Amino acid sequence: MSEHKVIDACNTYCPGPLMELITYMKQAEVGDTLELLSTDQGTANDVPEWVNKIGHEMVDSEKVGDVWHITVRKAK
Amino acid sequence: MPREIHIICVSGTHEKLQMAAMVASVAAASGEAVCVFFSMNALTYFVKGKDAVAPAEGEFGALLNKKGVPSFKKLFQQAGDLGDARLLPCSMALDLLEITDEDLDPGFGPATGLTKFLMDAEGAELLTF
Repeated sequence: MSEHKVIDACNTYCPGPLMELITYMKQAEVGDTLELLSTDQGTANDVPEWVNKIGHEMVDSEKVGDVWHITVRKAK
Repeated sequence: MPREIHIICVSGTHEKLQMAAMVASVAAASGEAVCVFFSMNALTYFVKGKDAVAPAEGEFGALLNKKGVPSFKKLFQQAGDLGDARLLPCSMALDLLEITDEDLDPGFGPATGLTKFLMDAEGAELLTF
């Protein structure tokens, strides 16, 4: 059964949110989704680059108010 | 083969330590092989028990003390924990400080000579901060 975890990295600066995501990604199982909350614009641009390079799957990225919700599925 | 990035850290200013730590952590977490060689003023921040704040080089350095900016110490540690990064102390700097690699924060590798570091860095990208 895949899990969905929300990681609140709001009000932290680059590369803090990405590092938070990677920390939880290491602990997650294949198929799990992680939703990173971030107020850092750079993170919204960088996370898809990292996901593409490592080979995970971008599920969604949208800005709600001041907060980016970036959802990634662990693929490997 | 992952890309190899070798970093020499010598400056003790906040901006340079921060940028080196950002490069090391992001590169390592993105699958690059990273090796960081610490010498001179940069090494002194990693002596066990030392809690000194790195001085700002310019006005931007003060902004790095804002809440929410990850500390350079944490980023270097994450480079090793989340990826393939080695943190190596310069043996000459250890000698002058009259300490050994055992006196450094956890996560540091063995005392390393410049010759060995440069030989290992052959063909790799080399950045200096």
